[in-house]
Amino acid sequence: MFREVDASRLDEAPACHIEVDGHKVAVREGEPLAAALLKAAVIPMRHSVVSGEPRAPYCMMGVCFECLVEVDGVPNVQACMTSVREGMTVRRQHGARQIGGQA
Amino acid sequence: MASGQDTEFLVIGGGVVGAAIAYGLLRRGRTVRLLDEGDDAFRAARGNFGLVWVQGKGAGNPGYARWSCAAARDWQGFADELEHRTGTDLQLQQAGGMHLCLNDDEMAARQLELDTVASRIGEPYPYEMLDPAQLARLLPSVGPEVVGGSFSPLDGHVSPLRLLKALHQAIDALGAQHEAGVRIDDLAHVGGRFVARAPNHVFEADRVVLAAGLGNALLAPMLGLEAPVTPVRGQVLVCERAAPFLPLPTLHVRQTGDGSVQIGDSKENVGMDDGTSIDQLSRIAARAVRCFPVLANVNVVRAWGALRVMTPDGLPIYEESPTCPGAFVVTCHSGITLASAHAGVLAAWLDGGERPAHIDTFTADRFHVQRS
Repeated sequence: MFREVDASRLDEAPACHIEVDGHKVAVREGEPLAAALLKAAVIPMRHSVVSGEPRAPYCMMGVCFECLVEVDGVPNVQACMTSVREGMTVRRQHGARQIGGQA
Repeated sequence: MASGQDTEFLVIGGGVVGAAIAYGLLRRGRTVRLLDEGDDAFRAARGNFGLVWVQGKGAGNPGYARWSCAAARDWQGFADELEHRTGTDLQLQQAGGMHLCLNDDEMAARQLELDTVASRIGEPYPYEMLDPAQLARLLPSVGPEVVGGSFSPLDGHVSPLRLLKALHQAIDALGAQHEAGVRIDDLAHVGGRFVARAPNHVFEADRVVLAAGLGNALLAPMLGLEAPVTPVRGQVLVCERAAPFLPLPTLHVRQTGDGSVQIGDSKENVGMDDGTSIDQLSRIAARAVRCFPVLANVNVVRAWGALRVMTPDGLPIYEESPTCPGAFVVTCHSGITLASAHAGVLAAWLDGGERPAHIDTFTADRFHVQRS
């Protein structure tokens, strides 16, 4: 569940790229997706399903479910609990996810 | 020690049952004090599934079937008035409900149950047994394991939390003395009036209605009444919000007005334990996925347990005390479905009107039959 982070060496992690809404974004391998998206100013990250209001990561520890994004076709993935890896495809969600259909 | 002005009615229990009764009495112009327990109480009203449901109820008691059907027919009007008074959208959808069967035995048992109600109820009892093709037209996402189901046009669902909130808003607006965090531990009938005591509180009223759920078991005998109720736990799973995929509620799976998917399908006798267990939750989830395979990759976001309030035969008790006239006990396990009746004809009876014919048999003396 927990892993040690050596903050002084974060910038030495290998660079890689993910795709966010069709745009290539440079990230550090293994960093939390929510952090990577915040650094890349992907804000708002989604809109509330109920009110339509803009949302961004809040707790960064898996509790608040504000940072939901679609990752490699899977909707409602908690970005703060997901580590980036080369080639990951991320889409921001608009409205509720679909059940039994395409998002 | 003293606790505000006296009221005509004291309603003990601020769940959906007590609040619906208080609302009904206030609408009739009565003065009412509503006592609600603390947040550590076992609150069926805050854990339940939110069905307005008729089908299958009352196979052994046609009065209960008639009582449930009458309540269901009144629900839309009850909801309209409550929404108008409070501005709270109850998310009532009452376009029918479905019970799904996963094998022929379940289907046969279901048909027998509904046929039995229909033959005994003595009034029109609309339902249909549907084959998979008919089912798929109403619920396109049912899976191939579903062999059929029963449909009732009277059934529906509502947000139970919005209902509870709206009832509390309405009774407050109607001037109820509404006290939270009060657990009554003594009741007495003194000089024709009722005295209820809690630590640091004394309340008096002309009439008292016990609507305290499982708490009624202890309170009722203090006023010459009986409420042999025991807890039956149900566990519930809630999935993330999704675009609408389920146009009608089923007995065990429904999609709420906000898009969440609520799943519940368990009955356990585990005493006063409202926790959850992995074995039940996984069994509930597995059956839901067999009914709706599209749920397999949907995230569960919450799960909880809640305690149903059950009499030995599952039917309600509505009774006035023979020794303390003016004291009533009310208990049922379908507080949502029956809320419209509780606020309507039941409140009229509590207020001195005629006892509704449908509830004739719902007195606790039915539990006194001698066991051989």
